[in-house]
Amino acid sequence: MTVERTDNKPVGLTDSQTPVPIGGQKAWVRILSAQSSWVTVAVAATCVAMSIAYPRAFGTEENFFNITRNFSFIAIMALGETLVILTGGIDLSVGSTMGVAGVVLGLAMSHGVSFWASAAAAILAGAVIGLVNGWLVSYLRLSAFVVTLGTLSIGRSLALAISNNKMFYEFGPDQRLLLELGGGATRGVANSVWILLILAVLLGCALKFTAWGRHIYAIGGNENAARLAGVAVDRVRLSVYMLCGALSAVAAILIVGWLGSVTNALGLTYELRVIASSVIGGVNLMGGEGGAYGTVIGSVLIEVIRNTLNMAGVDPYWQGTFVGLFIIFAVLLEKVRGLRLR
Amino acid sequence: MPVLELRKLSKHFGAIEALVGIDLALEAGEILGLMGDNGAGKSTLVKIIAGNFRPSAGDVLIEGRPVHFHRPIEARDAGIEVVYQDLALCDNLTASANIFLGREQRRRVGPFQLLNEGAMHARARELFVELKSETRPADLVKSMSGGQRQAVAIARTRLSQAKIVLMDEPTAAISVRQVAEVLDLVRRLRDQGMAVLLISHRMPDVFAVADRVAVLRRGHKVADKPARMSSPEEVTGLITGAIRAA
Repeated sequence: MTVERTDNKPVGLTDSQTPVPIGGQKAWVRILSAQSSWVTVAVAATCVAMSIAYPRAFGTEENFFNITRNFSFIAIMALGETLVILTGGIDLSVGSTMGVAGVVLGLAMSHGVSFWASAAAAILAGAVIGLVNGWLVSYLRLSAFVVTLGTLSIGRSLALAISNNKMFYEFGPDQRLLLELGGGATRGVANSVWILLILAVLLGCALKFTAWGRHIYAIGGNENAARLAGVAVDRVRLSVYMLCGALSAVAAILIVGWLGSVTNALGLTYELRVIASSVIGGVNLMGGEGGAYGTVIGSVLIEVIRNTLNMAGVDPYWQGTFVGLFIIFAVLLEKVRGLRLR
Repeated sequence: MPVLELRKLSKHFGAIEALVGIDLALEAGEILGLMGDNGAGKSTLVKIIAGNFRPSAGDVLIEGRPVHFHRPIEARDAGIEVVYQDLALCDNLTASANIFLGREQRRRVGPFQLLNEGAMHARARELFVELKSETRPADLVKSMSGGQRQAVAIARTRLSQAKIVLMDEPTAAISVRQVAEVLDLVRRLRDQGMAVLLISHRMPDVFAVADRVAVLRRGHKVADKPARMSSPEEVTGLITGAIRAA
């Protein structure tokens, strides 16, 4: 808005009679300019096209069940990853954390420990890996990329060492509960999807409506400014890495319940799909932009594309190429949006 | 009683004497322009007052009481607000979120402490009206002009009942038209009874608003007098050393 300079008006004074929209930007402009909205459109368009092209295979309840269950594990991890990326960091160790948590769960349950105690131990293990990441990044100011690259390697090796390269498929007295939780369904929707939805809503609200969430965005936007304003930057960042580790463990528990077994390769290379989900959903790798909804819809898109390619009979070897192209496209889209804003 | 007073303030970094025996007083409702060449000690002085550095010798007094800050947040709690040169704003947040950053208003909803967005927007709007700025609370800082960003940084200093505002080169990086806007904001802070310490390289800007000017040269205070009794020419001489003291 430009303001004409007149003699009786101080510079920069807006005419107080002019109504100013309270939301600043109109809501629909904000929604239209959000990457997650475009990804939602892409998902919807793909689903409609596929339902028409393959009505017997794609648009079925069974396929819906499969797609939603398949992305739920990745999406739960991606929620944690998004928190980390929002602060301007990155966590490459999520796949290995899943491996460690899965092995801890399998080891405990196979020794007759109850499901809830084993799950708590697995989540604790995930949170501890996150604590190590977060502490090194926040208090020793090491690069998140390098630190979590280190814990990626350490975590995978720990999973091997703890499991002694054994596979767990006997889960003691609570085996049914574990398999039901990870593989079962409630009201026609996979349990893991329900848990994803609950977590996404909780995190989305925390990001939007709490000071903690506000501070996460502030750190990603301008860490120095946040520090000067008295934000407990190091503590918030530590909490974010711990939460990311814990969420990887939650995903581990669910995926073990679905697969019915644990090997030390659980979660191998998942970090790539997890980060891809966040980025495609509009989370800016520079920090400070993105949210829970985008993260979930980003992982939906990846799974829908995979599913589509399968049905269209595309050689699975090419799937990685498509996912990769979408990542690059997402970053390009962001660049274009950035240019428009300037 | 001056609201801020420095007594025999010195700071050395190893063998380097950054500040030597500085005496300075700042009254409420006064704008003091602090000038000096690069390396004259302006930034060091500001950083001591703002709690980033501790003085090697001498005292900082606020309303007559000596204070010792260990962290910037302590200075803020004592009523000192700083507008940093780079403004220290989060581009990705709204004006109101920036103003309240680190001191968000909350309200209880069941067991949760949630942000009280409505109250914060309302207060931010009041502050902008007070500053006669056209800035809107819900706008993102990244979409703002240089002048509006200054308004956000300055509005932040009005949030608490601050007594002293330190402004580090507020007009260094903005367009000429916006300079006038920012200088108006500085005057409004004074009119509301705040003591403003304005650090600037830009002589015309300082003389446009300052009630008093002080000049630092190589860590020494070489002048401290009412602005109307000085001139840009004199200050230039003082800064470069062509005039020894005034």
